[in-house]
Amino acid sequence: MKVTVRYFGAIAEKVGKTEEELDLSVIGSDFQDFKNHCLSSYHIEDDGTLQIAINQELGLQRSLQAGDEIAFLPPFAGG
Amino acid sequence: MISSYTRYRRQIKLPEVGQEGQQKLAQAKVLLVGVGGLGCPAAQYLAAAGIGTIGLLDHDKVDETNLHRQILFGLEDVGSYKAEAAKKALHRINDQVEIKTYNFGLSVDNSTDLFNAYDVIVDGTDNFQTKYLINDAALKTDKPWVYASIFKFEGQLSVFNYQNGPSYRCLFPKAPQEDMNCEETGVLGILPGIFGVYQATEVIKIILGIGEVLSGKLKIIHTLTMQERIISFKRVEERIAAITNKALALESINCSLINESKTYLDVRELHEQPQPDNKNIIKIPLTELASRYEEIPNSTDIHVYCQSGIRSVKAINFLREQGFNNLINVEGGIQSILK
Repeated sequence: MKVTVRYFGAIAEKVGKTEEELDLSVIGSDFQDFKNHCLSSYHIEDDGTLQIAINQELGLQRSLQAGDEIAFLPPFAGG
Repeated sequence: MISSYTRYRRQIKLPEVGQEGQQKLAQAKVLLVGVGGLGCPAAQYLAAAGIGTIGLLDHDKVDETNLHRQILFGLEDVGSYKAEAAKKALHRINDQVEIKTYNFGLSVDNSTDLFNAYDVIVDGTDNFQTKYLINDAALKTDKPWVYASIFKFEGQLSVFNYQNGPSYRCLFPKAPQEDMNCEETGVLGILPGIFGVYQATEVIKIILGIGEVLSGKLKIIHTLTMQERIISFKRVEERIAAITNKALALESINCSLINESKTYLDVRELHEQPQPDNKNIIKIPLTELASRYEEIPNSTDIHVYCQSGIRSVKAINFLREQGFNNLINVEGGIQSILK
């Protein structure tokens, strides 16, 4: 029940890595619970701007499945 | 002057371009909002490719710290308006391109008129407020815009409002409080170079009508690992309607001061973000301080801040010479006094 989590932008900095494998049998497959688990593990406050993609697609919010890739995408504005 | 055919022969040779495509490029009008790390490489390739009219909009002047990534500029340009210096450099590459310069920033008042005069908008900005303004003005004027943003070693690319595709607000509906720009986080010059050139590529695809334009997709590249992802997202009608149904306005970046009762002097330029909403903030940019310092009271303690604590020291040194002895420097800059 492994999934791959990818972190981008300032989130990757706070997490200290750009990707990791997590086990759904430990965390559960509910999307919101999973998101909260990742954020709270790294003491990241959700200011409502963070977007999360499942298998490279935004706006799904479905239950997670083994093999999914979950991407945490914060907006940034440098140029 | 070399003939157009000779100059563009190598790209005309591509069946996807041809004489007809070259003609389309010559008739196209592209506006670059921001002529910095992204805007310079984008403008360079667009001019070289033979875009007929290029608009360059930037309020800023060339600074020595720009030179490692804003590759149209040289030492002799330091202190000149970026748009003017870029025009000179672009004409050296291609004197057949018409270049219009706008030495001011994008605003609610000027954006729709400007956008109406162009076919495609390129985002070379470094702050959320202007990106949302580009997005909203592009929606109002029905223009596609090519977005890029960078953070340290990572960049994002997308095309918004292209043939009824999603907008920036469909991807990121809400602006974060914090604007982190290259000045504060640092950046390798190469990164905006890569993304500016990607932006120019999308512009040319849009004009020629070739390939698959990156609409509804966000391309992300991390240059330290060279890992890439393309993330799909959909148009969200209510977010689009929320913009098209109301007058154009600046996105407010919500933030407030830890201590609302202190008196502050903000010496940043007026466009700099974030801007806490508080009546106890006196706003006089460092550049105007010499002519406006009499507006500052010397009866109460005043905490002077800028973005990072450097300009505020300069302001305090100047004001002390004018007899002020009630000034306290905010060493950590604006972020250190926000909630």
